[in-house]
Amino acid sequence: MAAQSVIGAPAEEVESFRLRARAWLAEHMPRLPEGVDNYHLMRDDEFGVRARELQRTLYDAGFAGICFPREYGGLGLSREHQQAFSRESAAYEMPVLFNVPTLSILAPTILDFGTEEQKRRHIPAILRGEEMWVQFLSEPSGGSDLAGLVTRATRDGDVFVLNGSKIWSSGAFRSDYALCLARTDWHAPKHRGLTMFIVKIHQPGIEVQQIRMVNGWNEFCQEFFDDVAIPAEDVLGQVNDGWTVASRLLIHERDAVGGASRYTSGLGAAGERSGSATGLDHLARATGRTSDPTVRQLVAEDRVHERVAQQLVRRVTTGIASGYFPPPAGAIPRLFAATANERHRDMALEIVGRGAAAWTEGDPVGEVSVEYLFRQGGSLGGGSNEMQRNIISERVLGMPREYAADKDKPFDEVRHNAAPSRVR
Amino acid sequence: MDLERSDDQELFRETTRKFLESTAPVSTVRQWSEKEAAGYPVDWWRRGAELGWTSLLVGEADGGGSVSGNGLADLALVAEEMGRLVSPGPLLMTNVVAAALSEAGTAEQRAAVLPGLVGGETVATWCLAEPGRPACGGEAVALEAARQGDRFVLSGVKGPVEAAAEAGHLLVTALVDGRPTQFVVPASTPGVTVVPLQGIDLARRIADVHLDGVTLGPEHLLGEVGDAAAQVERQLQVVVALQCAMMAGAVDEMFTRTVEYAFDRYSFGRALASYQALKHRFADMKLWLEAIHATTTGAVRSVGAREERAAELVSVAKSYVGTNATVILQDCVQLHGGIGVTWDHDLHLYLRRVVQERSLFGTPEEHRERIAAGMGL
Repeated sequence: MAAQSVIGAPAEEVESFRLRARAWLAEHMPRLPEGVDNYHLMRDDEFGVRARELQRTLYDAGFAGICFPREYGGLGLSREHQQAFSRESAAYEMPVLFNVPTLSILAPTILDFGTEEQKRRHIPAILRGEEMWVQFLSEPSGGSDLAGLVTRATRDGDVFVLNGSKIWSSGAFRSDYALCLARTDWHAPKHRGLTMFIVKIHQPGIEVQQIRMVNGWNEFCQEFFDDVAIPAEDVLGQVNDGWTVASRLLIHERDAVGGASRYTSGLGAAGERSGSATGLDHLARATGRTSDPTVRQLVAEDRVHERVAQQLVRRVTTGIASGYFPPPAGAIPRLFAATANERHRDMALEIVGRGAAAWTEGDPVGEVSVEYLFRQGGSLGGGSNEMQRNIISERVLGMPREYAADKDKPFDEVRHNAAPSRVR
Repeated sequence: MDLERSDDQELFRETTRKFLESTAPVSTVRQWSEKEAAGYPVDWWRRGAELGWTSLLVGEADGGGSVSGNGLADLALVAEEMGRLVSPGPLLMTNVVAAALSEAGTAEQRAAVLPGLVGGETVATWCLAEPGRPACGGEAVALEAARQGDRFVLSGVKGPVEAAAEAGHLLVTALVDGRPTQFVVPASTPGVTVVPLQGIDLARRIADVHLDGVTLGPEHLLGEVGDAAAQVERQLQVVVALQCAMMAGAVDEMFTRTVEYAFDRYSFGRALASYQALKHRFADMKLWLEAIHATTTGAVRSVGAREERAAELVSVAKSYVGTNATVILQDCVQLHGGIGVTWDHDLHLYLRRVVQERSLFGTPEEHRERIAAGMGL
């Protein structure tokens, strides 16, 4: 199908674009080694150097930002073009590190709310691979109650002075900018006293600490803000209207996690990550238990969940688009994925048996029990299972909302946790 | 239910729904279960056939035809509506036999059997299961049809078989020289005895079929001797996909009624729906219910389109639906309180329906074994 580009000239046909991409990829992009995906490569790319180079290569060749507007360095093409390119590029090394959150969550939020100046400054730089972004939303003082955050930004002439702490930002240590939600009016009810800021991460007053997780990951970070001066022109959206911006950001996040974002490039949204390589059949073979009837049941159950998860995403996506489901129904596949992941970890542990306790270094069986330690990770990030259940019962089934003690109260009259003191 | 159904399909579904609601509400289903030999009046089934219930998997040359081009998807809408009202009637059995005849029958067989099935004057059933054997997978059938000249002699027991007592035609899956072979057997053939069983589903009848020296000529063969494996697999896929649709309808109806109950029922001055402990259970049930619909739709589409992966997708659906439909219904019982375990409440009718469909043509466990085998384990 033909897409109209932003400036009105007829855009390239999808098929022609696909063939041109295919030829260019074959000539210029490195092929992935057998059995290795982009996520494996990414693990060894601690500072995203390789991803930045590859993003720049895409940009220079005219294949970056397929669905981004042309005036900000994108191609202004359709979702069909983007999907064609993603399929063509599946066998190649791609800068998937940029997909989530930079390209699929932060950049679209800047496009939605940014001033002309903000968009011109940041979107082209992102597409050139020069800026990696992250979101500063969650705080140590509260996970699920995002709008109850206590990081403060106090106006002082031409700047806002930021103090507090953020947590669970993925890869902040290698990133350049963040969207940071902070409280600017303590006398307003909680949703109406927040402002979203564009914050340069590596500057005096900001300390980034990587958090060591139980499974050895150190992607997550905590940031500490100590009198950080943010120019007033770096407010995204309106002062005290940050909740509107955050809400839109969270919709982009849901699309990104669910694989529905038009802004990614290459197969790399989190929802597309699970493949047959993670199936329990590999584990059954590795442990020599393929003829054990119990193990066969577990392997099949895992396959069932894998298939149903895909079918459920399709059903809910279709249903939201047609109006059959309200948009919060996005919580349904999210909760399915989280609970199926818990079950997956349990079944993997069951299959490896005694091997979960001790293993020869480097044996993939050992990873199973280490990953088991992180079993709840998928049920916590991006809104806990309990929050998803509130959303499904209240906003899909229409059941009464939970009592909230802070409803319509000035935030400074609401009981809340103190901002954490810094641990050194 | 498939959210991507066409306007024609929606009209078709609505017509069946209205017919069922007006002629066979659950109170009527209860009465019929006690008064009617087959669980429904014969004329009622014939009227359903006029709406298309028995013609969707039959070729146009034999008086059939689909609504959407995917007859199985159309029929799944009927199955789901019948699940919603725990309707009686041999929908799955008659259709799978009609489909098999339409696909593999000779002109004589089609002319002899299909008009009656399509018109609703007669019904048919498929005798696959055998006592003590799993109903899916390579071990399902052990009944040997012994050759006697150009004739075949069957002796053994098939069962449990739904609608065997009311069926005019039996499709019997057996082995000849150890290879799967199917026979179309008139129920009146000497040596065929239907022995009723106590069935869990009040609205439907179920029996063992005893075959005692049943002698059949080659005109009773459906397809070639020893060459029925693909046809049997196809029949299994059709039945299982429709079982899932029927269970999906049953669970959807009872979940909807339980949600309404939670809004209407007050304890300690509050609606049940306001308690977070219960809201979270409803959220889980909603999740499982939508997953049931999603995987049923996936299986129905795939089988209807005769995709290669349909073999796996029907077993995925049967495993998921069979496991979770009962979980949801038992939770609905719990949330209703004591009334939920009384005879007068409709819940047990739905539980009975789901237990039957869950258990026949492969339990969830048996379908998981099938999936594992399909993965090369």
